[in-house]
Amino acid sequence: MDFKELLQLSFDALRSNLVRTLLTMLGIIIGIASVITIISLGEGSTASIVNEFSTLGANIVTVSPGRFTRGPGGGGGISSTLVESDADAIEGLTNVVLTSSTISGTKALSANGETTNSNVQGVETSYQEIQSLTLSAGRFFDESEVQTASRDVVLGDTVVEDLFGENSEEFAIGESVRIDNKSFLVIGVITESSSVIIPLTTAQKILFAQSYLNSISVEVMDTELIDSTITQIENTLLIQHDIDKLEDADFSVTSIQAITDSISSVTGTLTAMISGIAAISLIVGGIGIMNIMLVTVTERTKEIGLLKAIGAKRRDILTQFLVESAVLTMFGGMIGMLLGISLSFIISSLINIPFVISVTSIILAISVSAAVGILFGWYPAKKAADLSPIDALRYE
Amino acid sequence: MSHTTSPLIRLTSIHKTYVTGPVTYEALKGIDLSVKSGEFVAIMGPSGSGKSTLMNILGALDNPTSGKYYLKNKDISHYSDDELATIRNQEIGFIFQSFNLLPRTSVLKNVERPMMYAGIEKAERTKRALDSLDTVGIRDKADNLSNHLSGGQIQRVAIARALVMNPSILLADEPTGNLDSTTAHEIMKFINNLNDKGSTVLLITHEDEIAQYAKRILTIKDGLVKSDKTNSRRK
Repeated sequence: MDFKELLQLSFDALRSNLVRTLLTMLGIIIGIASVITIISLGEGSTASIVNEFSTLGANIVTVSPGRFTRGPGGGGGISSTLVESDADAIEGLTNVVLTSSTISGTKALSANGETTNSNVQGVETSYQEIQSLTLSAGRFFDESEVQTASRDVVLGDTVVEDLFGENSEEFAIGESVRIDNKSFLVIGVITESSSVIIPLTTAQKILFAQSYLNSISVEVMDTELIDSTITQIENTLLIQHDIDKLEDADFSVTSIQAITDSISSVTGTLTAMISGIAAISLIVGGIGIMNIMLVTVTERTKEIGLLKAIGAKRRDILTQFLVESAVLTMFGGMIGMLLGISLSFIISSLINIPFVISVTSIILAISVSAAVGILFGWYPAKKAADLSPIDALRYE
Repeated sequence: MSHTTSPLIRLTSIHKTYVTGPVTYEALKGIDLSVKSGEFVAIMGPSGSGKSTLMNILGALDNPTSGKYYLKNKDISHYSDDELATIRNQEIGFIFQSFNLLPRTSVLKNVERPMMYAGIEKAERTKRALDSLDTVGIRDKADNLSNHLSGGQIQRVAIARALVMNPSILLADEPTGNLDSTTAHEIMKFINNLNDKGSTVLLITHEDEIAQYAKRILTIKDGLVKSDKTNSRRK
């Protein structure tokens, strides 16, 4: 008997009890649909997060003071070890295009009778280029304003909205804002941002009264050079700070790339874990298949006896029932796949993440469902094949 | 032995013992039997006589516990399950009392099924199945589902299927047990016809009237052949 005929026999048998067939498939449908959906949403959200980070600039390296220690009492970052001469030394490196030193902290912001707490950053003019900031109104401060520590502020559009109301970007220009009760003049509005940015010198002298830096943003010539530049920066700063070993460093250098990599790995692990949980439903579905196939074999005992009487060998019966359960689960798998793809599409457009369906997950769905059918169909099929023709014919 | 005189079936000292736990039951206690090609033998006996056990062995559905079963001069008494399946497929055409046909399956596909196991190609299968249905006179029902047939029609399809592999033996196990007497006689006349055309027929029955169609009547009692006579009152 060729395979096409075996398939035909399976279809006939499955169609003859359509309700049971559908109910049996349900376990596989739900299992495959949930695995596909979870993998898709996991990949979609990873893509979304990674996208968000890479718009910040894949060629940006950030130098922070202190070191990331582990264990109790750890937690660096708030340290006074980074100074402007460090930034100058880094700027001297060949792969480095620009640097911008940053001082930042949370300050109370008020204007127009509204008050809000915001992270205020004191930066250099190069910051605009490094972070690719675009302005919807006004302008960024220039070199002379940084030199003179002018009381100018550039606000993110969401901050403007909070303080002055919607669509007030143009209006905000020239308005006065009080930061920590010191008056500043709004000179620019940044699109899609919640930043509050003032000249570095102003931050050092007026707002934070500190000369050390909270971070240095470094723009590297090429993303390919990120890793080697990180090493160069580390070596430079070790010399600057007169430290022998990197383990003892009082600073740390990280790239956006490293951050997105670790996020991808975290979301990847999470996706794998949740898919694993969803895959348990496939096992439950498989047990359902085994159960129903056992019932089918019992119901069709006389039929099996008749088939054996007219010449069916052990293998003929075995393959017939195996193909039947594999067809059952593969159909379930395909329906589950379509359901999973539709669900992923709907959910990802609802929560606004990219819709990602990988070929791997489709191949996985089909092959796993076929494997479930063969694995859990094996015992019932073997039971059918092992029936003695006399007992089967006599079965009532 | 020349082909014409050598028997189609030769059983020598066939024993069959069933063991269930501590209980052993000897269903056949030494059967010797020869059937020549073209014979029509009715095997009779009350229930518990061992006639069903004998039929199972004759039909290659089971192995004897001891003794030899020569079919066409080949000893098949120790054949494996799959070897016996091939014997049943090639040499024996079964007609059962009930559950002859696969449910939810067309008449044509039912008749084609033994040829599927024999590995015969689709086109030839269909042709032979239709020819066989022609022989039993219900070719027009080929596309009907088996559960939409009358009792007589079902038995005809069963005969068509039994004939389709050109077997050496037609083994009819109570073929008229589920039929009214008019239809029963119709079917028996048909089987008789097949025998006249050369088919070897083994008929298992407990009805004397049905057994009268056979040329030779074998009576089994307590696992032994009680009598073996030519049927003088043959219909």
